[in-house]
Amino acid sequence: MPDTALLSATATAAARSTVLELLVRNHPGTMSHITGLFARRAFNLDAIVCAPVGDGTTSRALLLVGDEPRLEQVERQLAKLYDVLEVRHRTDLNASHFVGLLP
Amino acid sequence: MHLTGAHILRILLERQGIRTLAGMPGGANLPFYDALHSSESAQPIEHILARHEQGGGFIAHGYARVTGRAAVCLATSGPGATNLLTAIADAQLDSVPLVAITGQVPQALIGTDAFQEVDTYGLTLPITKHNFLVRSAAELLETIPLAFTIAESGRPGPVAVDVPKDVLNERIEVTVWPAPGGREPTPPCADDLVAALAHQLVHAQRPVLYLGGGVISAGAADLARELAHRVNAPVVSTLMALGAMPCDDPLFMGMLGMHALKGTNFLLEEADLVLAIGARFDDRATGKVAEFCARAAIAHIDIDRAEIGKIKNPFLGLVGDAADILRRLLDRLPPIERRRWCGRAAELRAAYPLAHPPRAEDPLHPVNLCRFLGESLPSDTIVTTDVGQHQMWVAQAWPFRQPRTLLTSGGLGTMGFGLPAAIGAALARRDAANSELQTPNSATSPQPRVVCISGDGSILLNIQELATLAELDLPVAVVIFNNGSLGLVRQQQQLFYGQNYAASRFHAVPDFAALAQAFGIRGVRIEADDRDPLATLAAALAARGPCVIDIPIHETANVLPMVPPGAANRNMIAETALTHA
Repeated sequence: MPDTALLSATATAAARSTVLELLVRNHPGTMSHITGLFARRAFNLDAIVCAPVGDGTTSRALLLVGDEPRLEQVERQLAKLYDVLEVRHRTDLNASHFVGLLP
Repeated sequence: MHLTGAHILRILLERQGIRTLAGMPGGANLPFYDALHSSESAQPIEHILARHEQGGGFIAHGYARVTGRAAVCLATSGPGATNLLTAIADAQLDSVPLVAITGQVPQALIGTDAFQEVDTYGLTLPITKHNFLVRSAAELLETIPLAFTIAESGRPGPVAVDVPKDVLNERIEVTVWPAPGGREPTPPCADDLVAALAHQLVHAQRPVLYLGGGVISAGAADLARELAHRVNAPVVSTLMALGAMPCDDPLFMGMLGMHALKGTNFLLEEADLVLAIGARFDDRATGKVAEFCARAAIAHIDIDRAEIGKIKNPFLGLVGDAADILRRLLDRLPPIERRRWCGRAAELRAAYPLAHPPRAEDPLHPVNLCRFLGESLPSDTIVTTDVGQHQMWVAQAWPFRQPRTLLTSGGLGTMGFGLPAAIGAALARRDAANSELQTPNSATSPQPRVVCISGDGSILLNIQELATLAELDLPVAVVIFNNGSLGLVRQQQQLFYGQNYAASRFHAVPDFAALAQAFGIRGVRIEADDRDPLATLAAALAARGPCVIDIPIHETANVLPMVPPGAANRNMIAETALTHA
């Protein structure tokens, strides 16, 4: 029963959300810049995963965001952040990938 | 060369060409003040001691808005930094290049709730273009030039740099100095988009240019005017773009939106093509967005890609430098006659003039005052305002003719902006005159006046800067439109809150002339029964040095027309039942 509930919640979230991948400078404050942007512009941010890549000067972040008409505006505002180097869509990922990370 | 972080910071600012900066010292930034005071530079930086960090912030605003280059303000940690926040947020909303440098408690104390510790990085994060917490003296070499590059490149904006005290005291060996930061070129807009826009401008029947502050930042005012005349398109302007078009240009329709002339908003309703240039479709300009320019196709030129489609979806969005795009557009455009459309614009302008009593009858009506002041002063006079009715009367009635002559808090709407911004503007004019003369601080010709139009409400928000003004003896004239009220609040209560005047009328109004004198500045009060008040005003302005001129205006005078907040721009209130007392 809980499994079914989780699956259906995941399915609903998947229908409404999409995944963005960011390449960002890796330093204290970058995550605040990203999450702060979502909060102050009233954009939906459902989940976030971030890890350093390569030599650790950059990180890759996956954001689970609402798939709404304002998505393009979200992407453009993200691209304006100095610490965000690249924004792209990950159509191969969805909400279940985030839920799968939870124990 | 072994140098402390404080000396490195000072040298980096000198290398940026900073001549003047404004701020206040305190515990955390004292090492920097010590370094500033011991400069061996041939042209040491002049520090302007503000009397409140917000005043220092707005002095830097005024300086930056006159020069178009990033200006610097300083504050210490804790309350110094929090006092600066309003000026930083204001710069963010009005796209002003500012580098705000704050002291911070030593890194070992960060996070301990130390004396005068506040999370300046966290506080400035949502109100800056970018912000830094510097962690070592070596980092300053990278961060400071970068702060200027970010502040000035693309869409200008504020950058905050928080520097812990131990970073200022750290000694390091500096062998190579970095190149100064500065504006980086903007990638050009694609040619096919410029061609598509040219095609639309040729084929439109009723085009209107909608200019925003970006036209002034880009130095594109002359090009915008040339475009308007090439294709015979009437021009409307936001508050931030006033001055881009001369007020008496036959194609100029004035400010659009909430306090536009009726004919200006009506013209936008009839337009079939609206070309927004460096404008961001602010709610005060558009009114109810869904009904803004409902019949028009919208094209949008902006340096900030995120502004394209933020509020209104254009059929054409051109991202790039407005001057570059307009130049390339003009290369493609033949002269186009539009007699009927230009005739219609002239007809609307004539049908709905700005209503006000004749000067002879009511010389101290705010509209008459603005026009009189505008006529009496040279056309390159810089005017700053505070926020409220006086600001809108200036926007409606002051005869602006040049870019960068109106400095006003448009986006954030900060009362208290005008006086410190006027000080900053006067400093920028002084520095420019001195560098032309090559003889610093020579007093050959009198400095041109900078005028701050304020209200009896607004002026009190940064009144302490009269002390700064007295010290600097700059040619700033503060003109107070005194109605004993928070006038725009009172007006909204009259119009929209059933005349329930809650907290908008002052029962005690200071004697501003006496207050000025107490600060060591000439103060003049124009009496309501003065037989020739405008002559008294002209004489007060003509005398040299800073002054405060207090002018009584009608308590019940309203800024009209007015679109009720949230309504479509066609729904304008043109007159109110209450007449002047």
